[in-house]
Amino acid sequence: MNPRRKQRLITVGVIGGLLIGAVSLMLFALNENIDLFYTPSEIIDGKGKDGSKPQIGQRLRIGGLVVEGSVTRNQDTLAVEFDLIDTGPVVKISYIGILPDLFREGQGIVATGVLQADNLIVAEEVLAKHDEEYMPPELAEKLKGIKHVKPSDAGINSPNPSPSY
Amino acid sequence: MFTWLHPYAKTERAYALCNTLFPYFLVTAVVGLTVGFIWGLLFAPPDYQQGDSFRIIYIHVPSAILAMSTYVAMATAGLVGLVWQWKTAYMSMIAIAPVGALLTFISLFTGAAWGKPMWGTWWIWDARLTAQLILFFLYLGVMALYGAFSDKTQAGKSAAVMALVGVINIPIIHYSVEWWNTLHQGATITKFGKPSIAPSMLWPLLISIVGMIGLIGSLVMMNLKNQILRRELHRPWVIALLSQSKKEQ
Repeated sequence: MNPRRKQRLITVGVIGGLLIGAVSLMLFALNENIDLFYTPSEIIDGKGKDGSKPQIGQRLRIGGLVVEGSVTRNQDTLAVEFDLIDTGPVVKISYIGILPDLFREGQGIVATGVLQADNLIVAEEVLAKHDEEYMPPELAEKLKGIKHVKPSDAGINSPNPSPSY
Repeated sequence: MFTWLHPYAKTERAYALCNTLFPYFLVTAVVGLTVGFIWGLLFAPPDYQQGDSFRIIYIHVPSAILAMSTYVAMATAGLVGLVWQWKTAYMSMIAIAPVGALLTFISLFTGAAWGKPMWGTWWIWDARLTAQLILFFLYLGVMALYGAFSDKTQAGKSAAVMALVGVINIPIIHYSVEWWNTLHQGATITKFGKPSIAPSMLWPLLISIVGMIGLIGSLVMMNLKNQILRRELHRPWVIALLSQSKKEQ
């Protein structure tokens, strides 16, 4: 490699290295702000090293797994309540509206809403968070004991209403 | 080490190389995409939770993964252009850019179309989606910057610098789902260990990816040939080539 090319390569390398360093530091500093949501344990116990907790009345997003058996639906309205958990404490979500197709007990969800008490969020929007596993229904039944229910079969009109969420 | 590459700095040799490689890419594209899409969209089993909606993976994942690979290829061409100052490197860079932008757009569009029924929203500003949108803007930026200069050597230099700076976005896209909380799910196939997808669904996906590589290759070869012809319009070999193709018509 001739000296001029070498010099250009070094220049590009040094500038590139500095930029990568700068961007990494920036992302590291903004780390907590890039997170899309709080987890339930972050809402109860605080987030990050300084353990800052969200204020009551703050609008926020929470993401966690729906606790199995915790979903209670109002028979007359679209109101629904359920618990979210990650590794520790549980946060209660109250929501009025249509839940996404993938909403199920044990499934990850992300909800946007207002923190009303230490462990209660009134949500305006509930989104389903899908995991990265893909498998055919037969395999899922064998591995996980999950039976695939077609959206058209699920619901109140089926002869044996079974909890399909 | 790379002396075998040096002849391709000449536009005529690069043009000939495009002609040689093009049929291989085209065959890979036609076979791979036909087999992959038909297998994936019609014959692969439905997913246990998403049903048939998951089938968008056969378009979304190839375009999303390859949009990143294509960016790295474009930035590498830019680096070669800056350091070795080859015209053909800049031409390759600008030939790759629109193809990459198209792939990024497809990944964003199919992701939104899938996100509405599955997540419940078209778009959310989480780290993965935002970083992919930035990738789209980087491609457009490289193209716009290149187009803004009338001196194409200067244009190539500026666009190459921009392409190289944007490389930092690639690891951010890939690891965004691990470093931060996102709505987008984690990696299924591009991770160490066993892919978390059943083999009957994985095979058509891999074939689609190979087919998509073929499609990208063919488009880039065609685009690069056009770039070379347009820039070298007054060279004797181009004039000879054009008059020959005129005679054949």
